[in-house]
Order: sequence, then C-alpha cells, then structure tokens
Amino acid sequence: MIERLLARLPRGPRAVAIGGILVGLAAFWVALPPVHLRTPVPSILIGIAAIALGAYAISQGVQRLGWGAVVAGVGGIGLGYLATRSSVGHLDQVVVWSALFAAMLRYATPLAFAAMGGIFSERSGVTNIGLEGMMLSGAFFGILAADKLGSWVLGLLIAALAGGLMALIHAFFAIHLRADQIVGGFAINFLALGITGYLFIDLYGGEGTPPDISEIPDVHLSFLKGWYFVGPILGQLNLMIWLAAATIVLSWLVLFKTPIGLRVRAVGEHPRAADTVGISVYRTRYAAVVLSGCLAALGGAYLSIGFVNSFNQNMTAGRGFIALAVVICGNWRPFQAAAFALLFGFSSALAQRLPAYSESAAVLFQALPYVLTLIAVAGVIGRSIPPAAVGRPYKKQ
Amino acid sequence: MTEGPTEGGGKVENPRQGGDYAPSVASRVAIWHKAGGVAVPLLTTLLAFLIGGLVVIATTGKNPLTTYKAIFQGSGLDWFFHVGSFEIGIPFTESRVWFPWDTSFNSFAALNLQQTLIVYVPLVLTGLAVAFAFRCGMFNIGGQGQYLAGAIMAVWIGSSLPGLPGFVHILVAVVGGALAGAVFAGIAGFLKATVGAHEVITTIMLNYVALWVGAFLFGLGGPLQNDNVGGESVPVSNDVLDESKLNVFWGDPLLQGLHVGFFVALAGLVVYWITLNRTTLGYEVRAVGFNPEAARYGGISVARNYVLAMAISGTFAGLAGAIDILGWQFRLNTNDIFTSGIGFVGIAVALLGRNTAIGVSLSALLFAALLVGTSTRNLDPEIFRPELASNLTLLIQGLVVLFVGADVLILYLFGIRRRARQRQARTQE
Repeated sequence: MIERLLARLPRGPRAVAIGGILVGLAAFWVALPPVHLRTPVPSILIGIAAIALGAYAISQGVQRLGWGAVVAGVGGIGLGYLATRSSVGHLDQVVVWSALFAAMLRYATPLAFAAMGGIFSERSGVTNIGLEGMMLSGAFFGILAADKLGSWVLGLLIAALAGGLMALIHAFFAIHLRADQIVGGFAINFLALGITGYLFIDLYGGEGTPPDISEIPDVHLSFLKGWYFVGPILGQLNLMIWLAAATIVLSWLVLFKTPIGLRVRAVGEHPRAADTVGISVYRTRYAAVVLSGCLAALGGAYLSIGFVNSFNQNMTAGRGFIALAVVICGNWRPFQAAAFALLFGFSSALAQRLPAYSESAAVLFQALPYVLTLIAVAGVIGRSIPPAAVGRPYKKQ
Repeated sequence: MTEGPTEGGGKVENPRQGGDYAPSVASRVAIWHKAGGVAVPLLTTLLAFLIGGLVVIATTGKNPLTTYKAIFQGSGLDWFFHVGSFEIGIPFTESRVWFPWDTSFNSFAALNLQQTLIVYVPLVLTGLAVAFAFRCGMFNIGGQGQYLAGAIMAVWIGSSLPGLPGFVHILVAVVGGALAGAVFAGIAGFLKATVGAHEVITTIMLNYVALWVGAFLFGLGGPLQNDNVGGESVPVSNDVLDESKLNVFWGDPLLQGLHVGFFVALAGLVVYWITLNRTTLGYEVRAVGFNPEAARYGGISVARNYVLAMAISGTFAGLAGAIDILGWQFRLNTNDIFTSGIGFVGIAVALLGRNTAIGVSLSALLFAALLVGTSTRNLDPEIFRPELASNLTLLIQGLVVLFVGADVLILYLFGIRRRARQRQARTQE
C-alpha cells in the first residue's frame, strides 16, 4: 500500500516545481506569526530560491507547475514584505493559525457536501447548476423541521428530502423532458428562492427564526485538548464537519471502487454503450441527481442548523455556484475537489479576519472567495476534463 | 420527435387513411411554431400562473383570482381598459389631437402604469442582454453584475463633473455606464474565448464581485460614500446632479414620472433586431451560436465573437443600470445593491421572450407588471401580503424558466392524453 502511494509521488522536474511552490509559500510564512521575522531579507532570499526552482522546472519542460513556483516565489516576496511592514499587533490578530484552520473547516463543509453532490450528478452526465437552490431548500426545510419537530436529526432528514425533491424536478426535466440542463437548473434556483422566501415570510414573518432551535451538536474530543495546534482545531468541531469528511471518502469509494460507481461513470461517459450492456441510463441518472440534491441540502442544513443557527432569505449566497467551481477545479474527483473546498474555505476564513486592517475595506474582503474562484476556474480549467456526456440528454432508442 | 406508425400496440395507423385522422403531436407543434412560436410561451405562462394560484390557495386559503386581480390593478395595466375620448399633446408642439386613453396623470391607474413602465425599461435592456448572449450560444447570468457596474459608473459620473451642460453630462454618464457593463461582461467573454472557462460560473462570480465592490464603494467610510453634511452615517452615494437627471415626459417628476429612458429601451429593441438580423456581426454571432465548429470551419473567429457578444450583452445591461440611476433612483445605497434582482429577472424575460425583440418586449411588460403589482406600495395588504407576493413573483419566474426550457413538456402532456385516448379506444373494442 505504502509502496504504491510512494510510486505515485511526483519525481524529477515535477517534484522540483512542487517544491518551488512550497518554498514560495515559506517565503511568506517566515514573515507571519509565530516566526515573525521583522525584516524582509529572508523572505526575499527564500522567494528567489523558489523562483530559481521554478525556472529550472520550466527549462525541463514542466510549464504549468514551474510557472506556479515562479508566481509563488514572487507572491511570497511581495506578501512577506507587506507583512513585515504591518504592525505585529495586526498580524497577531489576523493570523491565528489554529483559529484560521478551524474556520476554514467550517466554511469548507457546506462546499464539500454540495461539491460531492455535484460530482455524482455530473459524473452521471447531468449538469447540476441547481445545487445552489437545493442547498437553500436544505437550509430552510432543515431549520423548519428542527424547529417544528424539535430535533436536528429530523431536521437533517427533512432537509435531505427537500433537496432530493428539488433534484427530482431537475432530473425529470433534464432526463425525461430533455430540457436544457443549465436553464432547468437555473429554474430550480429561482424556484427554491421563491418557495423558501415565501414560506419563511409566511411562517416566521419579520422576526425571523426563533433562537432556541435544536442544533447539530459539536463533537468534543477531550483527549486532543492538550495537543499543540491540532487540539484547538479538531478538539471541538461540528458533527457535520466530520460527516463531510466521511462523505468525501465514501464518495471516492463508491465512485471508483464499486460497480455502482462504474455504472454512474459509464452513463456519464458513454450512455449508449452503457445502455447496450444493460445499464438503465435513466434510472442511474435519476439516482445520481437525487443523491446530489440530498447531499447539497445537507450542506445547506449545516449552514442553518449547524453553523449560524438561523435562516435568512437567500442565505446560501452563491455557495452552490462556488461548489460547482470546486467540482470543475477538482477535476470531478472527490479528494481533489475537497482540496479546493478547503482552499475556498480558507479564503472565506481569511476574509472574516482581514477587516482588522481596515474597517471600511471589510466589505471588500468579502469578495475574496469569489475572485479566487474566478482565478481558479480560469487557471485550472484547461487541465480539467469533464465527463464526456455531461449536459447532453440521452434518448432511448 | 416523429411518432412511429406502429405505435398503439401493433395496430398500424396511417394518418392519411380513414376517418379518425388525428394529427401527430409533432405536426401540431409544427403548427404552433409556424404561428410565430407563441403557443409554448403562452402555455408556459398560463401553467406558471396556474401553479402560482394553487400555491396561494394552499398557503392562504384565499381566492387566487382576487390576488391576481389586485396585482393586475396594482400594475396599472387596467389603464388600457378605460377607453374614452381624450386628447394628447404632440411632443415639441402646442397642438393636441384625439386619443383613446386618458393621459392626464392623476388617476391611480396612470400612476401605477408609470411605475410599471419605469421597471419595464431595465427589464427590456437586461432581457436583451441575456438574449444577445444566448444567440451566441452563451448563458449570461451576470446581467445583475453588469447592471450594477453600469449603475455604479453612472452614479459616479452623474454626481461628479459639475458644470457640464445637461445633455453632455447625461451622454457621458450613460456611455460610461454602458462601457462599464461591457468591460465587466467582456471579462467573462475573454475567459471563455481564451481558456474556455464556462461563462455561467465566471459571470456568477463577477456578480458577487460587483456586489461587494459596490457595497465597499458606497458603504460607511467608502471612497464614494455621500460626503455631504449629515450624510456620513448613511451608506449611500452622492445624489446625481440635477442637470444629469433624465427628463420626465409623462407624469409628475416629483412622483417618479416616466422618464425618457423609456425610448432608449424601445431603441434598444430596434438596435437588437437590426444588429442580429441585418448586420455581418449579427450573422456571425448567430452562426457561432448555432454551431461553433461549423462557424470556425466557415472562417468565423469564434473567440472574437464570444468576446464581442458578451461585451454587447454587457452594454445592454450596463445601459439598464445607468438609465435606472439617471431616470428615477438618482442615488445608490448599499441596501439597493444587495436586494436588486433586475438582472436575474432579465433571464426570465429573455427565456420567455424566446430571445426575439418582440418577445422580450412583451415578456418584459409581463414581469414589470408582476414586480410593480406585487410591490409594497401598490398591492393592497388586505388582499395579499406584499412581502409574500414578491416571493410569489419569484416562484412564478422560476416556473416560467422551468417550463419554457422544456418544450417537450407540452409534447409530453399531449402524449399522455393521446396514449390515454388510445388505451380507451382499445378497451372499447
């Protein structure tokens, strides 16, 4: 097992380039707490080393990663210099690594759930732009059930059911009626916005959801308490964060290690061939899309009854779309997508903390995750290959 | 789509033979398309309102017709039904001629209709924005961001540069807003043309960028926040200068009368039609939209058309933002930025209007009436709570988009009826 993993590690110029990227990050890192070097010289030296490694990799023909290392080196020098110019007080306030990482996990969780849903749907050949709406339905019906039925477990169940229903509508239009999947998915977003907004106003009115709603509990790992760095991050996390981690592993297992996953992927790559060998394209696609709705809704329910413990109209605020970007950047693979979900989670966590620098610019930092998505989609897209039949309706013969 | 002749349990049916001739579903739909393709949009709208009505019954137990009637009256469209013998002034002259409708603006219907037409203007323009990108095979969900970019630019230009003559000031502000929208959409077009980033994701992300940048600019302590005495505590821009406000040609300027931007929207419809149907650019755009590979083979630069089509699309949306600012809003506050959804309604307008100029015009009127008719100001709260009604509008929008994307639904429904009839016929035998 370990040998197999070692065999997959990058070698030669690729390894040099990846090392260069890490060295570039280190150039920034030395200027931050807890290292706190107050002079830019080390950052510049380390950054130049990163650029050199990148240049070597480019000369060996590793273009993309090599340039990544060069950019990381230049960025490391620039950001390191800025960090040495800003006051220690500000830095200590913003860069609290354990808190940043804990917040990263919180922000990444809804994205991870929705992204796993997106992977299933798209792997089966159905574009799911309605993830946003399915998340929103999950957020609302989750909190509604938790409030009226008094139990977060039922909240999660009802949320998954609501998301599944929305997905069923999308599936019916996309699969049976062969409608344009992007238009249909967008309609789901409109519908979810209308339904949740309508019921929210009708049931809760101006006061909003009550404060004493049954919440998804945190998992306390008391034996981690004393551990340096790991303790504060993992010691007290919401149950859903652990479930998200389990979902990612399960998604990978199901998609790539079971016959079911093979069927889903076959239907998404070449539905005609799958049909010929006796796989029901329609049934597989229905199942995948409904599952994606359930997963996205769980992500939404985490937002409403696990994270902020209230509901607002349109509270998902584009997270479903970011999840879609995560799916694309992650090359339709669970672990790579999870890595990107963490990246976006980190940028959201950072955006929450940066306002220490400037009150008025606080709102500007809110745009950070979206700008990052834009850059990531533009930069990564050439490398990611979608399932061959995604977005194409299949007509039985 | 054609139905095989052997359908119906092996009994061969030849439509040209015998007395019980029934046209196939496909031929029926073909007739609808020959009739200008209005049948599907009409049925779609009807179906959406029907389901919306069911929602009203289910949640409030009230008669949906009363609600719809109240919305209709709130929109001011009943103005057209008060036909009589009146007079209208001819613009730029003193003479008056006979006119079937009462153009004096003190009736409620006239006031409401002015509101509807004010909303109609940006809906036409954002609808055209979405429709133009559609014709090039792209789904521009970024109408909202481009609208905001135009509005931000227009409020900035309109509230600064004192001393410019009114006409020049308006021109600069409108062109600036349109350009801002064009550049903003152009980014998405450029990314699609160069690295192949899907425009749906990039335009959505750009929406949020525009939203937060706007919130930053006009927020407390932001660089463009109101700098008058007493304005420091309000997250709002400076007011547009008086000379850069658009003229009101129907109604009282103090009561938000209808401004001349209305004619810009009408001109936009004409420009849209001419550009698409009578220019080389329009031909190339449509060719790329039909089949990019074939267009490339025919010597058309697909990348160039993607960027151009998005930029033109953004121009329409940016224009909508600029005209809204100069026509009736006059200032931009952060709350408006967060709650405005004009660009998103534009998507429904374009889809329902089938991306044609006339269709966009009609569906923009429908959605403008819905939006104004359900606004807090115009809907009688005794009949239906306006804050509920605005969400009902969203719901109807969603249903319209859902159904309009699926012509096959109509086929499907007819298919069910047909199969049921066949089954019935068989059991009778």
